[in-house]
Amino acid sequence: MTGRRLPFGAFGYVAFVAVLAGIPLVAPEFWVTLGNYVGLYSIVALGLVLLTGVAGQTSFGQAAFVGIGAYTTAILSTHYALSPWINLFVGLALTLGLAFCLGLITLRMKGHYLPLATIAWGISLALLFGNLEFLGGHTGLTGIPALNLFGLELRNERYFYFLIWGIALLALWATDNLLDSRPGRAVRALRGHLGMAEAFGVDAARLKIVVFVYAALLAAVSGWLYAHLQRFVNPTPFGINQGIEYLFMAVVGGAGSVWGAVVGATLITLAKQVLQDILPALLGKSGNFEVVVFGLLMIVLLQHARDGVWPWLAQLLPRAAPAPVSDAEPLPSRARMATQGPLLEVRAARKAFGGLVAVNDLTFAIESGEILGLIGPNGAGKSTMFNLISGALDVTSGDIAFRGKSIVGCMPFEIARAGIGRTFQHVKLVPGMSVLDNVALGAYVRGSAGVFAAAFGLDRAEETRTKAEAARAIARVGLVPHVHDPAGSLPLGKQRIVEIARALAADPALLLLDEPAAGLRYLEKQELASLLRQLKGEGMTVLLVEHDMDFVMGLTDRLVVMEFGEKLAEGLPVDIQRNPAVLEAYLGGVA
Amino acid sequence: MDLPIFALLAQDGITNGAVYALLALSLVLVFAVTRVIFVPSGEFVAYGTLTLAGLQLGKPPATVGLLVGMGVVAGAMEIFACVRNGEAGRIPRRVAAWTGIPCVLAGIGWWLATPELPFWAQILVTLMLVTPLGPLLYRIAYQPLAEASVLVLLIVSVAVHFALTGLGLWFFGAEGSRTPAFSASSFEVAGVNVSVQSLLVVLTSLALIVMLYVGFGYTLYGKALRATALNRVGARLVGIPPNLAGSLTFALAALLCSFAGVLIGPFTTVYYDSGFLVSLKGFVGAIIGGLVSYPLAAAGALLVGLLEAFASYWASAFKEVIVFTLIIPVLLWRSLATHHHEDDE
Repeated sequence: MTGRRLPFGAFGYVAFVAVLAGIPLVAPEFWVTLGNYVGLYSIVALGLVLLTGVAGQTSFGQAAFVGIGAYTTAILSTHYALSPWINLFVGLALTLGLAFCLGLITLRMKGHYLPLATIAWGISLALLFGNLEFLGGHTGLTGIPALNLFGLELRNERYFYFLIWGIALLALWATDNLLDSRPGRAVRALRGHLGMAEAFGVDAARLKIVVFVYAALLAAVSGWLYAHLQRFVNPTPFGINQGIEYLFMAVVGGAGSVWGAVVGATLITLAKQVLQDILPALLGKSGNFEVVVFGLLMIVLLQHARDGVWPWLAQLLPRAAPAPVSDAEPLPSRARMATQGPLLEVRAARKAFGGLVAVNDLTFAIESGEILGLIGPNGAGKSTMFNLISGALDVTSGDIAFRGKSIVGCMPFEIARAGIGRTFQHVKLVPGMSVLDNVALGAYVRGSAGVFAAAFGLDRAEETRTKAEAARAIARVGLVPHVHDPAGSLPLGKQRIVEIARALAADPALLLLDEPAAGLRYLEKQELASLLRQLKGEGMTVLLVEHDMDFVMGLTDRLVVMEFGEKLAEGLPVDIQRNPAVLEAYLGGVA
Repeated sequence: MDLPIFALLAQDGITNGAVYALLALSLVLVFAVTRVIFVPSGEFVAYGTLTLAGLQLGKPPATVGLLVGMGVVAGAMEIFACVRNGEAGRIPRRVAAWTGIPCVLAGIGWWLATPELPFWAQILVTLMLVTPLGPLLYRIAYQPLAEASVLVLLIVSVAVHFALTGLGLWFFGAEGSRTPAFSASSFEVAGVNVSVQSLLVVLTSLALIVMLYVGFGYTLYGKALRATALNRVGARLVGIPPNLAGSLTFALAALLCSFAGVLIGPFTTVYYDSGFLVSLKGFVGAIIGGLVSYPLAAAGALLVGLLEAFASYWASAFKEVIVFTLIIPVLLWRSLATHHHEDDE
């Protein structure tokens, strides 16, 4: 992720807006028209940046949503003489409903089904536009009234330019806000880190639909503008080819940043204009030859610069320093009711993968304030047991109760919301996101700001507190010098510590650590051990899954030893060290 | 609707379905081995028909130029790759393979393209000219990206589809073509007229489906190809060259698709851009099979063909809409059948 808040400083913004505003005042008609189209395309591409570039969900069907926005206002303003401004909201409502249904069906699928489905319904909707009598068939609808803004009829393209770019900039601002917020961090984790996001309380399935609807709504707004700019509609600009072109814009520009949408829309629109002039002269034939060049351009681009043009452009621009984290009052601490009995109770939990019983009727409990070690040789079933508690796997039989309430059958995000934080054996940080943002994702469960509030900047008070909370968690684990570094740039040992900070930011009642010492060097292990001792001193309850005996012995209050899915022993570390069965399992009976 | 009309529509549907099944198979095949969603399959269909139509005129088809052009590009990429990796000694062999073979095939095609060439030989020449475009395409567009995610590969596929459609217009022109049927005769079974052409289409499709199913599921080569899809590095470690696997798969897919083009030529006029809709129908079939199962994909394609035939009778303007909307309930069914906890790649 590049292009966070103020990618090129306040001066850059002023210059950008000044150039934009200057075009219709001085440029000839031709350039104003191009500028209008770039604006319209940017709005659609912006939705794709969020949906595809950030959330990793590809859609080739955005043109169909543009068509719904355009046709709704075309029909309602020509047949029923309704105000275009009312039509805008009718169009948005229709799009919302349709996108919600399509999203509900397709977004649960693995990555590549969604784009295929979008191609299919993109074609269906475009064919419907062309075949329905009341939509004017292939000839389309004419006589759409001009927009009326504060008594000013926007018949002139130069006036319309300001409306288009006003809305485009608003969308840009809202999307940029959204990316740097509670839901935005979760969206950025969706791509490739779905399981991690869910472990921090994100309802990933719901969030994907929200992002999908957001992108569809932007497309519908663009369609509404298009209909009143052109004053007529026909099915061609809403077909699958245009839908594919929108995606190309986002990819060419750089789908990781909101600025990529504008860059991509500009480049593709200009390139198309130029190619349509040059190619027929060059080839001596007329035809749609720019698609060949577009196709080849895309192939070369994906082979050599998969992130698009923007990251390359952004390097050339001066970057503003990251905003300092201000101190703010903590987020509300999550209710810590005094629990009767143990904090977590595992009763006869069993997990079978087909005929293989990985966890065989295991029973143990964790008391508040203790560090319990779950150890055993490789393949003993420790990680499976861990995943049963965190909700990544479902138990075959038996029960797991947290604070006296069963959490069997709960989704990982529900377990996170109940107050269990975790780390991952294979570090799962969003590598391009700063350490601060990664840790702030941990505080997701403690906030409430939604997409709407985030987009319009209404979440700033909560956001400041979240960032301050994340900064405190980072300070607690001693990573202050790395607050603004991209998480992927840290060495493995430090990334493990970031994982712990992220879990702490969630303010969990129980912390689950999955082999935190695996792959660490000696000194890194020492640092980790002292951090865990410090946490224990602060009264944190920890379940530590580990196979490094030395590491576990000095840290834990009690140990549960597993072998072949069963409990081999349970007790104080000193007793376990002398237990003949444990020695047999670990050392093959030498003792 | 009376019985003769029903029988006619069903026959139409099954024939079209059999052609879509070939497309569906090539999609499943390519996806299983390379994780590429083979969007440009339709262009190979169109190239197949248009090449045969060119040969019918007794002139060398435009495919010859396309083959030489792609061979030169692939050869240039090989030279560049060899120089960059400091393997200049391999250049002659690589260029011979990637530029030489396509040029020789194009030359043979050029030489054979006379009005005297019998119809069966025209079909063979068509397949000989279109099939090598598959591995060439893999070399040029996909091989440099072989490690990329399914989504990146999909976007590349769509770009390739754009480029090939445009190239089709450039090389073959904007006019549509039809090709003659293998056989104009028909016979009657229980009062229903069955055309030999339809029967041939269905039988050849069926034979290919069975061959693929057996070949992939039960032979060492099939298993090796599938292993490449799961883990390229692992496959290389056990001695399967992944790039060869990719090229072979694309050759097989190009063969299937161009053959589908030869089969549909007599039923409908094919233009340079007709392939996309045909391939999308194959897609719907392949998706019904979950992009993994050959028999299910073939069954799905058959369903698409029947649905299309009956839809064209009742609501001809909406037949495409109906076919493509079918995918939504299919996806819904698949999404309900898939377990929820799955991380993206």
